[in-house]
Amino acid sequence: MEFEAVIGMEVHVQLNCKSKVFCGCSTNFHAPPNTNVCSVCLGMPGAMPVLNREMVTKSVAVGLALDCTISRWSKMDRKNYFYPDQSKNYQISQYDLPINHDGFLDIEVDGKSKRIGITRAHMEEDTARNTHTLGGGHSGVDFNRCGLPLLEIVTEPDIRSADEAFAFLTELKQILQYLGVSDCNMEEGALRAEANISIRPKGTEPFGTKTEVKNVASFSGTYKAIEYEIARQTQVLNEGGKVIQETRGWDDDRGVTFSQRAKESAHDYRYFPEPDLVPIVVDEAWEKSIHELQPELPAPRRARMVADYGLSVYDAGVLTQTRAMADYFEATTALAPDAKKVANWITGDLQALISNAEGDIRVIKITPTQLAAMINLIEDGTISGKIAKEVLVDMFQSGDDPKAIIEAKGLVQISDTGELEQRIAAVLATHPAQVEEFRSGKEKVIGFLVGQVMKATQGKANPKMVNEILRKQLSN
Amino acid sequence: MSDWFNKTAFEIREAVAQGDVSAREVTTSFLDRIEAVDGAVGAYTQLWNDDALAQADAVDAKVKAGEALGALAGVPISLKELICTTSGETTCSSRILNGFQSPYNATVTKKLLAADAIVLGKVNMDEFAMGSSTENSAIQKTANPWKLSCVPGGSSGGSAASVASATSALSFGSDTGGSIRQPAAFCGCVGLKPTYGRVSRYGLVAFASSLDQIGPLSKDVRDAALALNVITGKDPLDATSADLPAEDFTQALTGDVKGLKIGLPKEYFVDALSSEVRTMVEASIEVLKAQGAEFVEISLPHTDYAVAVYYIVAPAEASANLARFDGVRYGFRHPDAKNVAELYVKTKTEGYGKEVQRRIMLGTYVLSSGYYDAYYLKAQKVRTLIKQDFDEAFKQCDVILTPTAPAPAFTMGEKSSDPLEMYLNDIFTISANLAGIPGISLPCGLSESGLPVGLQLLGKAFDEATLLRTAHCYEANAGISLGTPPIA
Amino acid sequence: MSTISKSDVAYVAGLAQLDLDEAATARLVGEMNSILGYMEKLNELDTDAVEPMMHAMALTNVFRDDEVKPSLPRELALRGAPLHDDEYFLVPKILDTEGGGA
Repeated sequence: MEFEAVIGMEVHVQLNCKSKVFCGCSTNFHAPPNTNVCSVCLGMPGAMPVLNREMVTKSVAVGLALDCTISRWSKMDRKNYFYPDQSKNYQISQYDLPINHDGFLDIEVDGKSKRIGITRAHMEEDTARNTHTLGGGHSGVDFNRCGLPLLEIVTEPDIRSADEAFAFLTELKQILQYLGVSDCNMEEGALRAEANISIRPKGTEPFGTKTEVKNVASFSGTYKAIEYEIARQTQVLNEGGKVIQETRGWDDDRGVTFSQRAKESAHDYRYFPEPDLVPIVVDEAWEKSIHELQPELPAPRRARMVADYGLSVYDAGVLTQTRAMADYFEATTALAPDAKKVANWITGDLQALISNAEGDIRVIKITPTQLAAMINLIEDGTISGKIAKEVLVDMFQSGDDPKAIIEAKGLVQISDTGELEQRIAAVLATHPAQVEEFRSGKEKVIGFLVGQVMKATQGKANPKMVNEILRKQLSN
Repeated sequence: MSDWFNKTAFEIREAVAQGDVSAREVTTSFLDRIEAVDGAVGAYTQLWNDDALAQADAVDAKVKAGEALGALAGVPISLKELICTTSGETTCSSRILNGFQSPYNATVTKKLLAADAIVLGKVNMDEFAMGSSTENSAIQKTANPWKLSCVPGGSSGGSAASVASATSALSFGSDTGGSIRQPAAFCGCVGLKPTYGRVSRYGLVAFASSLDQIGPLSKDVRDAALALNVITGKDPLDATSADLPAEDFTQALTGDVKGLKIGLPKEYFVDALSSEVRTMVEASIEVLKAQGAEFVEISLPHTDYAVAVYYIVAPAEASANLARFDGVRYGFRHPDAKNVAELYVKTKTEGYGKEVQRRIMLGTYVLSSGYYDAYYLKAQKVRTLIKQDFDEAFKQCDVILTPTAPAPAFTMGEKSSDPLEMYLNDIFTISANLAGIPGISLPCGLSESGLPVGLQLLGKAFDEATLLRTAHCYEANAGISLGTPPIA
Repeated sequence: MSTISKSDVAYVAGLAQLDLDEAATARLVGEMNSILGYMEKLNELDTDAVEPMMHAMALTNVFRDDEVKPSLPRELALRGAPLHDDEYFLVPKILDTEGGGA
C-alpha cells in the first residue's frame, strides 16, 4: 500500500532576552552550573514571577512574522507535572489563550510553494538541565536554563515529507534570525525541533497513530529522523503491525529512532491560570509599534533583490541567508553599481575567507565601503581581478583600505601604453622562436607570450592592453 | 521593670522616640513576658533573643545620635512562620520545611526591619495556613490565652495568641479565608486583612495566591493603622501588588462616623450564628448608631455558596503552590528514596500532615482532566457573582458589619475530626478573600464562658481608611477593654 | 457530578505524588465525597453567562524591564539542598523512561 506522511512540528525557540522570563538572572549560556539562579527561578518558597516585557515584544514580533493573529488578551497558565527539570513542579506556560495563533509560513520545495499553518506560538519558561554523568548513582540538576524565555511554535499537521520539514525549519530559522530574537544555536539548545509523525494510506483523510521524535540536535538530524520514522512506520503497517503512540529519541550515530516512553494515558497537566501574574493586553498601538520595528523578512527580500538588482534567484537566495549578509550586499552595491559582481565577490572570495577564519560577516574588518572601493578599482582598471584577490586577503587581515594596500605594495596595474610597448618588445626580443611560430600561424602561442609579459611585470600589466599591444607588435 | 509588654505599639514608639525608655528595656520586658507565659500559650516557634536585643541596641544608638527613627522604632513584633526571613527558619509549621532557611527576606520583612521594628521571633500556625485552629501545626500546640484548653483560632493562631498574651506588641500573619480575622476574634485582639494587592506577597509562602494577603494583629485599631502604614506599597517583585499613592492610615482615625452608612447583610444573621454572638454584635450596632452611623439592611445573596467556592479555588491553587516542596532544592527529603519517583512520593507523603494532604487531594481532583469545568471553572464563575454582590452592596453602604465567626473559640480536638464542619466555621470570613476586599475583626466583648467575641467590618476595595475609622470609633465608644487575660 | 471511588482517589494521589495506604484511601474516599457533595450546591446557580473571576484584581500588563540583576551566590543557592556536590543539586539517577520534560 502507498502511504502518505502527516507531520506537525513543535519548535522551541529560546528568545535572546538579557534576563530570564520571570527574574533578573542572566541568560548567558556559558555560566558554570547553578550560578545564574535566584529565589524566583529556583522556586524558593514565597518567591514570585514578574514577566519580562521584552519576552512579550519578541514573541509578538515572531507572531507577526508568521502572520499570526495577536491575542489582544492573553494570560499565563500553570502546567503541572513533576520532574527534576522543574523548580516549582509546574511550568508557567500558556494554555487556552496563547499570545499568537492562527498564522502560516510559506515554504518552497522543488520550486513549488506550500503554505504551512501555524496553530499557535506561545510563551513559556525553559526547564532546568539534568546531567547524568556525575556518577555515584546521582543525576545533577543545573537551574541556569530554568526560566529562560521560550517560545513554542506549533504547526498544523500540514507537512508531508522530510524535505518540507527541512524547508520549514530553514525558513523559520532564517526569519527568527532576521528578527534578531534568537541565536538559534541548535547545539546549545536555543532551537529545538520536535516532529509529530504519522502515516496514512494515500488519498484517505483520518490520521494514523503518531509518534513524537524529540531531542534532535540539527535540521539534518530532523530530516533523517523523519525519513527513518516514515520508513519504520510504513514497514510496521505493511507487516500488519500497529504503530504505538510514543515518544521516540533520535540516535544520530546509528541513524535510527528509538522508543523513549509510551505516552501514559495522556498527561493530566491540570492547567489553570497563573494567579501570580496578571493578564497581558497587547493593544493595537503596542502591536503597531512592534510591527513598525519589524525588518524586511527573507522571502520578500529575496524577491526584491531579484527585481531591484537583477540577481538570479539562486544568488538572491544565498545573499539573503542571513540578514547581515544581505545588509552587507546592499550597502556594498550602493557604492559599486555592478550588483552581479558585488554578489560574486561576497558569495565567493569573501565568504571563503570568512568560513576559513570561522568568522562572521557582522564583525569582519572589511567594511562595505572598502569592498565597494576595491571592486571599483577593478572597474577603473587600477588593479586586475587577479591582484584584487590578493588585495582582498590583505584587507581581510588588516582592515586597511584597498588603495593604501595597492600603493604600499606597488600593485597598481600598468596601463601606460608606452611602458607596456617597451616591456612587450623586450619579451618578444628574448623569444624569437615563439614569435616565428605565431607568424607561421600557431595562434595558440600568444597565451605563452602573454604569460611571459605578466611574469615580467609581476602580474601588474593590464591584461587587456597586453593582448592588444602584443598582437599589434606581432603583426608588424 | 515596668510592664512595657502591656503597652500598644504606638505608645512604645512614642516612649522610645522621646527617650522615656530604651528599646532594650522594652525588648527585655517582652522577652521576660515570653519566658513567663509562653510555655503555657505556645505561640512562639522560634525566639531570637540575641538578635532582638542587638536590633534594640541599634535603635537606641539611633535615638542617642538623634537620627530619624522608623515608624515602628523599638516595637517588638512577631512573624508568622510563613513570612520569609533570612534569620532563623521559615517552616510554615510543616515537617517538609523543617530547618529551611530562606535565602531572602520577604518584602514585608524588609519593610518592618527598615521601620526599626524589633523581631522577637516567629509564631505558630496551621501547617501551610490550612486550618482554623492552629491544631494542624507540625511543630507544637498553641493555646488560647483566655482559656488554655481552647484553640486560638487559625491559621494565624500563634500571632493572635502572642498579641493577646502580650508577648509581642504586633504580629504579622496572613489571611486566605479568615486566617487573621478569626484568630483575632478568638483571642480578643484586632486583626486586619488588607485589600488584595495592598501588601506585597513577595516572600509570603503561598497557600492560595489569588486569596492570600498579609496583615497585622494588634492590641487596638490605631496599632493596626500604624502597622498598615509600614507594610503597604507597590512592590516590583509582586505583579499583583497595587500601585497607589501613600496614605497615613492613622490620620483616618477621626472618631467621626456621622452619616456613615453601615450595611447589615441579612445572610450573615442566620441560624448558624450562636445567640450569644448575635446579641453582642447587635449591641455593637447600637454603639455606632449612637455615634451617628446609619444602618441599612443589605443582601449578599450568594453568601451561602462562598464556602463551596473557597474550598475549590484555594485547594486548587494550593495543589500547585505546594508542588515545589519535593526534597530537591531545600527542605525535608525522605532518606529512603531509591529513584526520582520515590523521592517525590516518600518526601511528600511523610512531609505533609493530614489536612495538607487532604487539600492537595481536593485541589488536584478539581483541576484534573474532566473535572476542571465542573468544579474549578464553575467556582470561579460563582466567585464573580460573590464579588458582584459586594459591588452592589457597596452602592448602598460604606462599610458592612457582621460577626467574625459563628461562635467563640472551641475546645481543642472538638472539631478536627470532621473537615467539612471545620470548613463551615469560616463562613463569615471567606467572602472578603474571594472578593478581594479588606476586613477587620475587633473585640466586642467576652462570652459567658469568658472567651472573646469578634465583630467584623468589611470595606470597599482599597478603602481601608473608612474601615479603620469605623473600627476605631467603635473601639473608642464601646467601653470594652478586655485587657490582658490571666494566663493559667 | 459523580461520586469518588477508591480508584479515583488512587489516580489523584498519583498525580499529587502521594502514597496513600488502605486506611488513608478509605478515609479520603469518605471525606472527598462529603466535601465534593457539598460543592454540588454550586449547580443550583446558572452561570452560563458569567465570566470566571480568574484574578482577584483588575490589573493588566505588569512587567519588569529586561535587566540583569545579581543572582544568588551558588553556596547560598545550594545551602538548603538535602544533597549537592557544590555545583549541582543531586537527585537519584534519572532514567530515560521516567518521562517529564516540556
